[in-house]
Amino acid sequence: MLRNRIALSALILFVVIVAVSFAAPLYAHHIAHTDPFASNITGTTVVGGKRVDVLQQGGGTLGIGVVPIGPTWHSNFFLGADNQGRDVAARVLYGGRASLEIGIGSAVLCCFIALILALVAGFFGRFSDTILSRLMDLIWAFPVYLLAISLATVLLTLPNGLQWGFIHVQPASLWVPTIIIALVYVPYVYRPVRGQVLSVREKEYVEAAVAQGASSLRLMFGEILPNVVTTVIVMLPLMIATTVLTEAALSFLSIGVQPPKASWGTIIDDGQALLYSRPWVAIAPGLMILLTVLSLNVLGDGVRDALDPRAKLRLKG
Amino acid sequence: MALFIVRRLIGLVAVLFAITVLVFLIFFATPGVDPTRSLAGRNPTPETIAAVRHQFGLDRSKPMQYLLMMKRLFISRDLVSYGNQALLVVPAIASAAPVTFSLVFGAAVIWIVFSILTGLLAVILKGTIFDPLLMIFALIGISMPVFWLGEVLNLITQDRLHNTFLFSWVPPLGYVPLTQNPWQWFLHLVIPWISLSVLYIGFYARVLRANLLDVENEDYVRTARAKGLSERQVLVKHMLRTSMITFVSLFGLDFGILVGGGALLTEVVFGLPGVGQLTYRSLVSLDLPVIMATVIYGAFFITIASALIDVLYARLDPRIRPA
Repeated sequence: MLRNRIALSALILFVVIVAVSFAAPLYAHHIAHTDPFASNITGTTVVGGKRVDVLQQGGGTLGIGVVPIGPTWHSNFFLGADNQGRDVAARVLYGGRASLEIGIGSAVLCCFIALILALVAGFFGRFSDTILSRLMDLIWAFPVYLLAISLATVLLTLPNGLQWGFIHVQPASLWVPTIIIALVYVPYVYRPVRGQVLSVREKEYVEAAVAQGASSLRLMFGEILPNVVTTVIVMLPLMIATTVLTEAALSFLSIGVQPPKASWGTIIDDGQALLYSRPWVAIAPGLMILLTVLSLNVLGDGVRDALDPRAKLRLKG
Repeated sequence: MALFIVRRLIGLVAVLFAITVLVFLIFFATPGVDPTRSLAGRNPTPETIAAVRHQFGLDRSKPMQYLLMMKRLFISRDLVSYGNQALLVVPAIASAAPVTFSLVFGAAVIWIVFSILTGLLAVILKGTIFDPLLMIFALIGISMPVFWLGEVLNLITQDRLHNTFLFSWVPPLGYVPLTQNPWQWFLHLVIPWISLSVLYIGFYARVLRANLLDVENEDYVRTARAKGLSERQVLVKHMLRTSMITFVSLFGLDFGILVGGGALLTEVVFGLPGVGQLTYRSLVSLDLPVIMATVIYGAFFITIASALIDVLYARLDPRIRPA
């Protein structure tokens, strides 16, 4: 039961991170009083009763150049500023919103696509199964990051974004990384779910439904789907953990979230230039990623142990 | 056995062909993609565009373009970068590969040793506070973005603690070839090795621990204990040996992925001029031929590595060999 409590606290931590990130506008407007997206090169703030520039001249090791203000540990510029004079704390919160939207969105989208494909492949078998499974094997053969990089590069070079029937995605939209990350992970969810569909299809209750004259659709969605959906739910927290990390990597390589939008990955990228003078710019978003992914991993382990009796046995043994 | 290898080889060639087609389609046939835009410079005249298209064969039909591209990539090996037309793509990858290999090889040694130690220790210390503690450390290792860990390590070893006795030996970022100076090669790579291996130590330690606990209740383990073998012999000779099957197959794949370009982020953070760095540079300038070539190289490496593992496996374990 100790494990349940750990999983529960992980869930709480995750919910807190999500809530805090989505409250970013409140923090920016009412506590920090900054606009985290407008560059603020001539801005000032109050430290210890004195008014100081956000970007300070000659703060570098050689006494030249411009260095942004460090952490004030006050509401305004709590974690200091980046090299455009923007409030890092507020940006980390906004960045969290983008990272979590992409992370959760792509994990859900990925599971949804994989579930539908696995249902079709497992239920109809034969031709559709061969085609789909070969396609999945092909995607599987690519290193995830390289495939995501290829897709992202191409989508970024499109001047008008992606036009696919009635779906129209702007190149700078958060949907671009969301869709890319969802697509590259589809085989990882597809494989186990397809196996499950194949085994559920042979069960007596499905035969009984066939004997009643149920249609294919009813069999797929009424009988088989409810019995494989648990597998997907168990995978979801771990998938979100993976997609959040992937989003961070793509954004760090500047092919994920595009400016002026920010995500944890892009802020770490910004912080690279300031690493030795103002390390908090890079450290803070990384810590947020670490906490988020850690909580999701612990939660995922907990959910799996709760729903997988073999794992529970192992714990007792 | 020979038949199995031949069949696996045919499958391998089919997959490699499919990979090149897919990569080509992504880069040159996505609706709306126009490689000439990055080639012809700013505000090109229609004549320049036409000339550039002809020069690079982009005015041919798509299948022709594919064949032309593959010929220049595999046969004449004179595919040039769009950004810098003096750069031959294939030799560039060939000269970057040893750097990536050095990075991944060293990291792999570290992660094998430490993950086995951690996994074994966790099982030995089961029931004490140290087992969950070790697993929490493993989980933290898995949850860190590798590029961020690299930056934090850089911050500590290059700046904050660089002038103390702890890290004064750490050389500036960069790479020295093994053939040039083995000692400097080693020094330059220690921190990148550690940074890259942390994730895998965590992951493999968790997998190994779970596997060891799985086989603990197997009959042959009970037999070994009943024979009166020491706990150490049971653990190392019987339990660990079986658990290594999963470990080795995971390792083969991860090693292939990393050498194939998965170490990109570590290379970027530590300024190592490997294949990943090459990909990154061409990403910034959207240099399609170079990205395409590195992606194909990576996918090839992984596919061939996993085929090798399959064959090796069939050799080691006759049960897997198909009749």
